[in-house]
Amino acid sequence: MEKESLLMKKAEEFLNMFRKGEEFTKALLKENERLRYRVAQLEEALRQSKNEARIRHYEEKIRMLEDELNSLKAKFKEVEEENKNFAQKYIEVEEENNNLANLYVASYQLHSTLDYSEVLKIVMEIIINLIGAEKFAIMLIDEKTNELVAEATEGINGDMPRVKLGEGVIGRVAKDGESYFAEAMLHTENIDFQNPLVCIPLKIKEHVIGVIVIYSFLIQKKSFSPVDYELFNLLAGHAATAIFSSKLYTQSERKLTTIQSFLDLLKEKPRR
Amino acid sequence: MPNILVVEDSPTMRQLISFAMRRLPNANVIEATDGVDALKKLSTSKVDIILADINMPVMDGLKLVSLVRGNPEYKEIPIIIITTEGAEEDRKRALQIGANDFLAKPVQTQELLNIVKKYLGMK
Repeated sequence: MEKESLLMKKAEEFLNMFRKGEEFTKALLKENERLRYRVAQLEEALRQSKNEARIRHYEEKIRMLEDELNSLKAKFKEVEEENKNFAQKYIEVEEENNNLANLYVASYQLHSTLDYSEVLKIVMEIIINLIGAEKFAIMLIDEKTNELVAEATEGINGDMPRVKLGEGVIGRVAKDGESYFAEAMLHTENIDFQNPLVCIPLKIKEHVIGVIVIYSFLIQKKSFSPVDYELFNLLAGHAATAIFSSKLYTQSERKLTTIQSFLDLLKEKPRR
Repeated sequence: MPNILVVEDSPTMRQLISFAMRRLPNANVIEATDGVDALKKLSTSKVDIILADINMPVMDGLKLVSLVRGNPEYKEIPIIIITTEGAEEDRKRALQIGANDFLAKPVQTQELLNIVKKYLGMK
């Protein structure tokens, strides 16, 4: 009986010890859980702090890149604007070059011969090809009658009437030496001899020797370009000089031939 | 080096076009006064493009275009017609007989240069 109670006591002690062990294990497990949670918390905090630093770094970099991009955009705009200006200037210089080439060719051709009819032909070519006139006349002043007489015409059917100096648009241009430009359509089928579209005086310094009268331009010519006015100015001066000098030259050539023939005749006479 | 044949009876116009064409890089300009002269020049020189007037003595531009197009040796050469006839029917007629392009007088030099550059494959 005593042995049995001793055994029971020992069993009781063992059970108590076992319970304590259980409690201790539970406490250990709980502590372990707490520590694992804490580790996880710390790991998360560490990761977040790393991310934040990285984000700050990236944000800084983005800001720098944005600044750089904005400055490049501004520079690009500047260069683009500059390029546009250069392109515009290039076009202007090209246009100027083309105009100068036209004027050079016109001037070169006008002074390329002393043959009167050839000079008239060249003036007409310039008026047709470079200015684009379709119906026009070159009229010169007849000093004896003080009238303008057509020396050459293009696209005009029939005789061009003579015009008295100072009379009508043509006469006034010849008298005053000022160019006339009508504000009308550049192309017309019907000609009114008294009312041209353009009348340019042919002037040697201030002395008017005739006029260029334009009644109609080619159908495709819609308006005057700046080079047209330059050509009109060139014609006013250079064509006048070329026409005048070639006319004098042709007249003197003719006189020289007459005199030469007369001299030859005189030389021949004594032999008979 | 592109060889450009300028066919024009008017010396002024011929000089003007040649002057403009010489501004193209390495361009060599050959001048002819009418269609017959142009055919002679074609037989002696390699030509890359023809710029021709319509109204010319001896042989006009339209006849020249049809002869060039009828010759297997020259038929691929681009032809640009330059003329005072500016109406739409003139343009159509020139293109119908085989011209590649049409330019009405008074010629705008830059326009002419742009057309020639296009056919010569220049930038």
